[in-house]
Amino acid sequence: MKNLNNMNKSTKKNMVTYGIVLAMFIFCVVYTTTGMASHLFRGLLVPVCVNVILAISLNLTVGILGELSLGHAGFMCVGAFVGSVFSMAAEETITSVWIRFPLAFLVGGASAAVIGLLVGVPVLRLRGDYLAIVTLAFGEIIKNIVNNIYLATDVNGIHFAIGVESYNNITFDAATKRVYINGAMGITETPNDSNYFVGFALIFITLIVILNLVHSRTGRAIMAIRDNRIAAESVGINITKYKLIAFVISAFFAGVAGVLYGHNLSSLVATKFDYNYSILILVFVVLGGIGSMRGSIIAAVILTALPELLRGLSDYRMLMYAIILIVMMLVNNNETLQMYTQKWFGGLNIKKLFTAAGSKKKGVS
Amino acid sequence: MTAMLETKNLGISFGGLKAVDGLSLKIEKGRLYGLIGPNGAGKTTAFNLLTGVYKPTMGNFFLDGEKLTGHNTIEINKKGIARTFQNIRLFKQLSVLDNVKAGLHNGHKYSTAEGILRMPAFFRTEKEMDKRAIELLEVFDLAGEKDYLASNLPYGKQRKLEIARALATSPKLLLLDEPAAGMNPNETQELMDTIRFVRDNFDMTILLIEHDMRLVSGICEEITVLNFGTVLAQGETSKVLKDPEVVKAYLGD
Repeated sequence: MKNLNNMNKSTKKNMVTYGIVLAMFIFCVVYTTTGMASHLFRGLLVPVCVNVILAISLNLTVGILGELSLGHAGFMCVGAFVGSVFSMAAEETITSVWIRFPLAFLVGGASAAVIGLLVGVPVLRLRGDYLAIVTLAFGEIIKNIVNNIYLATDVNGIHFAIGVESYNNITFDAATKRVYINGAMGITETPNDSNYFVGFALIFITLIVILNLVHSRTGRAIMAIRDNRIAAESVGINITKYKLIAFVISAFFAGVAGVLYGHNLSSLVATKFDYNYSILILVFVVLGGIGSMRGSIIAAVILTALPELLRGLSDYRMLMYAIILIVMMLVNNNETLQMYTQKWFGGLNIKKLFTAAGSKKKGVS
Repeated sequence: MTAMLETKNLGISFGGLKAVDGLSLKIEKGRLYGLIGPNGAGKTTAFNLLTGVYKPTMGNFFLDGEKLTGHNTIEINKKGIARTFQNIRLFKQLSVLDNVKAGLHNGHKYSTAEGILRMPAFFRTEKEMDKRAIELLEVFDLAGEKDYLASNLPYGKQRKLEIARALATSPKLLLLDEPAAGMNPNETQELMDTIRFVRDNFDMTILLIEHDMRLVSGICEEITVLNFGTVLAQGETSKVLKDPEVVKAYLGD
C-alpha cells in the first residue's frame, strides 16, 4: 500500500486507464463465451476497438501536441488499403496468420506513418484553423486518390493505374488476372482475420506506446511546444522535430486501426474514410476530454455503440444521437450539476477515484 | 580577457523604425549587468536579438568570443544563452517539476524509442533529471510545489520558476527580462538575493532589464541606458544614474 502511495501521480492515472481497458476486455470475454452476447454485440466489438485506437491516436495530435487535425481518416485509409493488399498478396507465401497479420499491421502502420511524414512536413508549419483546414483537405485528397486506384496482377507482373480509363487500356492475361484494388469498388478479398482479441491487444499496444511517449522526455517536449512555443524554443527544444514525431506516431496508429478495420469486413471502399469519419474521431476526443486518453476510450466505446443501440428508434435514431451528444456535453460542463453529484454521491467518492486531483492528495503530505 | 558577451554596433530596423540602433556593450564574465531605459526604448528587442528571435539587420554579437549573429533561438540556447520573458511564458499545463525538466531537455538525453520502450537509459536519465531539477527548485524555494501545475503558482513564484527553467539549460549567460515586474518590495528584495546567489553559485553572467531602480542600483554593477534604440549612457551604475541625460530621459525636462 505504501508503495502505491509513493507511486507517481501520472503512473497511477495510467494504471486506472489500463485497468478500464482490461475490465472491458474481461467483460467481452465472459459475455461472449457464456453465449449471452447477441449477434449485434459481437459485430460491434471490432469497430469499437478500431474507434478506440483512432481516438487514442488522434488525442496525441489534438490533446498532447495541441494541433487540430481533421484528416485522421485519411491516414486510416492508407493503413487499411496497404494492409489489405499486403495480406492478399502474402496469403499464399506466409500461410501462418500469426506472422502475416502482425506484419500487415506493421506494413499498414508504417505506410500511414510515411504519408503522415509527407503531409506533416508542409502542414505543421501552419497553426490552429489553418492546420485544420489543410489536414482536412489532405484527408480528402488521400481518400479520392485511393478511390481511383486500380491494382491488379497477372502472369506479366503488376499493373497499376489511376483512373478507370487508363485501367481499361491495360490488356490482361485473363487466366492469371487477380484484382487487388478495383477503384471505387475497393478491395473485396481481404482475409477476415480481425477479431476482438487482436483488437484489444492493439488497444493495449497503442496505449502503452502513447502513454509511455507522453511521460518521457519526448512527450514533455511535445507538451512544452503545445503550452508555449516561444518558451519551448528558448530552452532549445526543436519545434519541427517534435511536432513531426507526434504527428507521425499518431498517423502510424491510425494506419494500424485501418488495418484492423480492413480485415474485419468483406469489402473495403475508400469513400468510408471521408470527412465525416474524421469528425467522428474528433468528437470522441473532444467529448472524452482533450488530452485525456481514458476519456477518449470511454467516449469512443459509448459513441460507437450508441447508434446501434438506438436502432429501434429507426428514423429518429440520428436525432436521438445528436440530442444525447449535446446533453452529454452540457452535463459534463455543468457546475451546478457537478455540485449535486458531489452532494449525492460524495460518500462514494467517484470523483476521487477517477480524477487526478483526488489521487494526488493521497500521495502528497 | 575576452568578454562573456560582446555586441558590436548591433541593431535592427522594422521598416523605417530603428528599434535598436548601434548597441555596443561588453559584459565581463561573472558580471551583473543592467539594461534600462524608458518604455519603448528597445530593451526587449535587444533581448530578442541576442536570443535569435529576430535576426539583426546590422552589427554582430559574440558569446565568449564566438560569433552568434544569424543563429536561431535553439542554436543560441545550446551555445549558452538562456532567457526569461517579460510576460511570463511557462508551460502552464505541465507540473512545476516538468517545467524545469523541459529546460533540461538538451542536457540529459535519451531517444524517443528508449522512452517508449522504457529502456534502462530512460530510468537512469529521468532519475538524473529529477535530481537536478529538484536541486534547481530548491534554490528558488519551489521544491515543495513541484507537483503543482505551473499555472497554479502565485505570480512571484512563476517568475522564479522561469529563472529555474532557464538555468536548467546550463547557460553561460542569463538574460532576465523584468524579473521583478509585479512583485511587492519584499518579494523584490528576496529576488535580489536570489539573483546574487545564482550569480555566485552558478558562476553565471547575468544581463537584466528592469524598471525597478531599487533593484537596478541594488545589484547591477554596470548598466547601459537605452533611449529610442540608441545608447544614452553606459558604465558604473551609481555614476550613470546621476547622469543628467539619463535623468532627463526618465523624468523629462
